[in-house]
Amino acid sequence: MIKLNSKFSQKIPFFFLYAATILTIIPVITIIFVIIKNGLSAINWEFLTSMPRDGMRAGGIFPAILGTFFIILLTIIFVFPIGICAAIYLNEYAKNNLLTRVINLAIINLAGIPSVVYGLFGLGVFVIFFKLGVSVVSGALTLSIMELPVVITTTRSALNSVPYSFREASLSLGISRWLTIRHIVLPNAVPGILTGSILSIARISGETAPVLFTASALYVSYLPHSMFDQVMILPYHLYVISTQVPNVRKDMIYATAFVLLILVLGISCIAIVARIYFKRRKKW
Amino acid sequence: MLKIKANNFNLYYNDFHVLKNINIDIEEKKITAIIGPSGCGKSSFLKSINRINDIVEYMRVNGEIIISGQNIYDKRVDVNSVRKNVGMVFQRPNLFPISIYENISFGLKINKIANNKSTIMAIVEESLSSVMLLHDVKDKLYKSALLLTLEQQQRLCIARVLAINPQIILFDEPCSSLDNVATKKIEELIMKLREKYTVVLVTHNMQQAARISNDTAVMICGRIIEFASTEQIFTCPSKKETESYVTGRFMI
Repeated sequence: MIKLNSKFSQKIPFFFLYAATILTIIPVITIIFVIIKNGLSAINWEFLTSMPRDGMRAGGIFPAILGTFFIILLTIIFVFPIGICAAIYLNEYAKNNLLTRVINLAIINLAGIPSVVYGLFGLGVFVIFFKLGVSVVSGALTLSIMELPVVITTTRSALNSVPYSFREASLSLGISRWLTIRHIVLPNAVPGILTGSILSIARISGETAPVLFTASALYVSYLPHSMFDQVMILPYHLYVISTQVPNVRKDMIYATAFVLLILVLGISCIAIVARIYFKRRKKW
Repeated sequence: MLKIKANNFNLYYNDFHVLKNINIDIEEKKITAIIGPSGCGKSSFLKSINRINDIVEYMRVNGEIIISGQNIYDKRVDVNSVRKNVGMVFQRPNLFPISIYENISFGLKINKIANNKSTIMAIVEESLSSVMLLHDVKDKLYKSALLLTLEQQQRLCIARVLAINPQIILFDEPCSSLDNVATKKIEELIMKLREKYTVVLVTHNMQQAARISNDTAVMICGRIIEFASTEQIFTCPSKKETESYVTGRFMI
């Protein structure tokens, strides 16, 4: 017997799945809306390019933007070469022995450590033990250690996505293992590595806890001129003007949040564009 | 003349003894087919001849495979030079996602066989014409190789091997992803290659072995149970297992 299509039983699961999707976007849209609505009016050239004045109640956030930028840059210089090299070794060379298994376990566990613990670790090791002080370099090293497992994991999955047959074909032509990696595996893994890297950078730029004790200062009256300087950073500056300094104009707080948001979204957008570009070029 | 000789060759994956005391003499400029049921180790043996098996983890071998008088498993031998000398064509075309031209020029450049453009172009054209592909692709040399049909892709794989100028070419079920017409054309090509190269062909397809090979080895459960001229294997095999396998009555 042919049953009539019971539309109702189809609609119930559809409704819940749809509702769950909508629920996830509502907060994002609300946050962006509130920040833009309250903060956009305070954004102007002076706000972006001048020093804070009157105990951070007026003036701009230029040192915080610059500090965030320096820390991101230095972290990139530390973390990507090491992370990508380690990932290549683990994925292409390492034999599946006890040491490799221990390293893999360590990478998984490192990724699960709360970021404030990295902050305290950085304070103990880089700031105090290595006497680097509260500085850009201490903050960048702390962020690097935190981001390393993520970079290794994303790079490995990018390398893994290159078909085994490419490696086999290249090796069977008498091309050595290293040259196969260099000319066949890496070029085909670049899109994945790049996308993963840029998303890591977006994550780094929003992090507060690891740099709280290692790099950031409440207020610095000068712009950073070496990597051993203490700096202001956007997330911490936002925290300070929202909770520690009385009578800060509300629109300045929202404007600072807006700048931070744009910075992170901007970096993520680069990742999205890069992904689209490379997906179009990918031919297998 | 003798080209490839296996001497008590054994291969293990972990504790799994895949190849058991393989002894075989493969003649120069002949097509030698290796037939046998799935999982009997024929591909493993083929992949031992150019040491592409080395990349499999937990793989170990003992015994010798001697090519032109040199044991290729000797510690002093450079594995990449073995692979340059012994080309391989795989089950499925495994071209790189680059242009037709680059697929061939890649090996030439990296292996430093040719450096200047005109020499590379000459070799590319020569190898494409050896596999009878030049006519079809000469207008789209710089287009992606993955736009070709499977048969053309497999031809290009063969051309890529020929460009490196090997002495031996291994075929690992080269027609298993092709239809009948394409299979026939690739078989004709393999027969033509015999004039210049020593060919070892692994196949599931007994008719294929019967059609194109000079000698045939029958492999069952990691052993070569019979090795003789193809005619003898298919008409009056000396072993009972061979007879039951080639007539399709083989049971493990």
